[in-house]
Amino acid sequence: MEKRVTFRGWVLPLILIAPQVFISAVFFFYPAGQAVWQSLFIPDPFGLSTQFVGLGNFEYLLGDRHYLASILTTATFSIFVTLVSMIPALFLAVLADRLIKGSGVYRTLLIWPYAVAPAVAGVLWMFMFNTRVGVVSWYLGQFGYDWNHVLNGGEAMGLVVIASAWGRISYNFLFFFAGLQAVPRTVVEAAAIDGARFWRRFFTIILPLLSPTSFFLLVVNIVYAFFETFGVIHTITAGGPQQATTILVYKVFADGFVGQDLGLSSAQSVILLVLVGLLTIFQFKFIEKRVNY
Amino acid sequence: MKKTILGAIAAGTMVLNPLLAIAETEVKFWHAFTGRLGELVAEQVENFNSSQSSYKVVASHKGNYSETLNAGIAAFRAGEQPHILMVFEVGTATMMAAKGAIKPVHEVMAESGTEFDPDAYIGAVKGYYTTTEGQMLSLPFNASTPVLWVNRDALKSVGIDPDVDLSTWQKVEDVLDKLKDANHSCPLVTAWQSWVHLENLSAYHDVPFATKENGFAGTNTELVFNSNGQVAHIEKMGEWAQEGKFIYTGRRNEGGANFRSGDCALFTESSAGYAGISSEAKFEFGVRRLPYWEGLGNAPQNTIIGGASLWVMQGHESEEYKGVGAFLSFLSSTPIQAKWHQDTGYLPITAAASEATRAAGFYNQKPGTDVAVKQMTAKTPTANSKGLRLGSFDQIRGIIDEELEAVWAGDKTAQAAMDSAVERGNQLLRRFEQANR
Repeated sequence: MEKRVTFRGWVLPLILIAPQVFISAVFFFYPAGQAVWQSLFIPDPFGLSTQFVGLGNFEYLLGDRHYLASILTTATFSIFVTLVSMIPALFLAVLADRLIKGSGVYRTLLIWPYAVAPAVAGVLWMFMFNTRVGVVSWYLGQFGYDWNHVLNGGEAMGLVVIASAWGRISYNFLFFFAGLQAVPRTVVEAAAIDGARFWRRFFTIILPLLSPTSFFLLVVNIVYAFFETFGVIHTITAGGPQQATTILVYKVFADGFVGQDLGLSSAQSVILLVLVGLLTIFQFKFIEKRVNY
Repeated sequence: MKKTILGAIAAGTMVLNPLLAIAETEVKFWHAFTGRLGELVAEQVENFNSSQSSYKVVASHKGNYSETLNAGIAAFRAGEQPHILMVFEVGTATMMAAKGAIKPVHEVMAESGTEFDPDAYIGAVKGYYTTTEGQMLSLPFNASTPVLWVNRDALKSVGIDPDVDLSTWQKVEDVLDKLKDANHSCPLVTAWQSWVHLENLSAYHDVPFATKENGFAGTNTELVFNSNGQVAHIEKMGEWAQEGKFIYTGRRNEGGANFRSGDCALFTESSAGYAGISSEAKFEFGVRRLPYWEGLGNAPQNTIIGGASLWVMQGHESEEYKGVGAFLSFLSSTPIQAKWHQDTGYLPITAAASEATRAAGFYNQKPGTDVAVKQMTAKTPTANSKGLRLGSFDQIRGIIDEELEAVWAGDKTAQAAMDSAVERGNQLLRRFEQANR
């Protein structure tokens, strides 16, 4: 069924993929290789002396209950960020898709938050929820709720999840919206004529036909939650209170650039690399089977 | 046509300004100051450059303290290090251990032939940056120490005499009780909790924070701040937090905003908070010595400093080091130091600068500005009160912050939290020891 374009010989294909291979080599394989190499040492910050410790850094990490707790924190954080950024985005996309007039304005407005850099978004949310001058925390106080994410771990986690997911809703919205536009009208209309109500059409026709988009977004959002939320965490909580919002990437930064322990930091990035690799393989192997292209 | 004119102007300036024609030796100075402090540093550099013609100091701002240190380290690895690097006090052990990367200040001074008398510097200030043999490794630049800031109006409003004795924590507790009984929403707030309530608490009561003279005598040091004295204080603070007498606002100096706006009655913060408080506070404020626990240790000993010092980096020409020496000695000179002390609220690094400030009547005009100086210099520092020299200390402070938050939130007892902080901190100290073997 599938159409395949085939090239004769090897030269042209090699030339065509060369730029991609080159970029991957320079920006991915070389640094990743460096990280693996450095993870075997305990170097001093200035690079004057290093001690070879083999897998010592990994042993140290896996024996550290705070590191293991950080893995759990990361899992909680990524699941919530993914859900909170995908479900509202889908909801908004469905609404926008049903609009006849003004969907352009609506769409544009919804895309705006995506243009805000994570660190800036972090600062915005931090001010809104600031325990002393924050608008939202003030209103919560009026309702008798004492908001204090500086000491309450659950509230801190909630706040960084919302701040991270907020800008992401726009990105997901764009993809869902495009996906919805690609759902053939004829199928939906035929179902409507057969008497299927909106929600039934949504769950039996639209959602399955959207599954490639949803799957793509799932993978991309988890990777986002793992790696790109650093700015939000750094500006709002710096990993606290206690270790409530210390996700793995934040720990890589803290150990490498606050602690100047490059060996330990490299070992953590290697573990992170393996974790995300496994997660992606898992997603492609098990979830993709249920995706209809 | 335009180019010719510009060229002519340039040539004219060269002729008119012979200083530019002489090759000046350039000295690079990386610092972490912005705003008013940044302007004051620029002014010092400008004064030095115009005071002589052989050397030219070029100052660059490289971000906050941590970022400046990281920039220095990265530059050293790339062979592009500056001559002078500003490093905050918690980075001292990191710099000291990097023997191949730094050039001790006493050596720079000896080689440059500039006049240098280590005894001119205030003991409690230079002690932090001096070896156990008394050799100065880096030049103290901006040093401050924690004091107790008082909102006098807040005390008056609940019927407490604003001149009430607050010298001990026992007496402070009475005041906190009265404030709470009067439904005051923020009796006590703090900045830099680890620095004030553990590091300085230990020094002030002359009890050890870590073994081996708080790390001065070797990298095989271990944290011991889970002892009775410190735990008792943290336990008390935890109780106050639960009762709403101590309000926790964050790990850094977030509490400053609460105090300056008039929300809080008492505030433990650096003496360098003076600039901000005096310009923003719309109430009558006072400065007191940091309180101590009556009957605990040998209190009051002396408190220790926070702030930064200037490190000289390896790998430059000897002519350039002469310029570094000249600049450092310029910074230590009495008029420059006295001005810096008065402008910023940082401690003077020499006794002469403090004397000059007193003679000029500054302490009388601005009462309380000498509290920090007196608190630092009242006694000769002991092994427990010279300062701290612990590797990975920035990160250990992060661990202490986490554990203290567990106490303030009521999740852990003070003893359990301090035990855990000590255990986790010791692991980092062992790694640091291994890295610098």
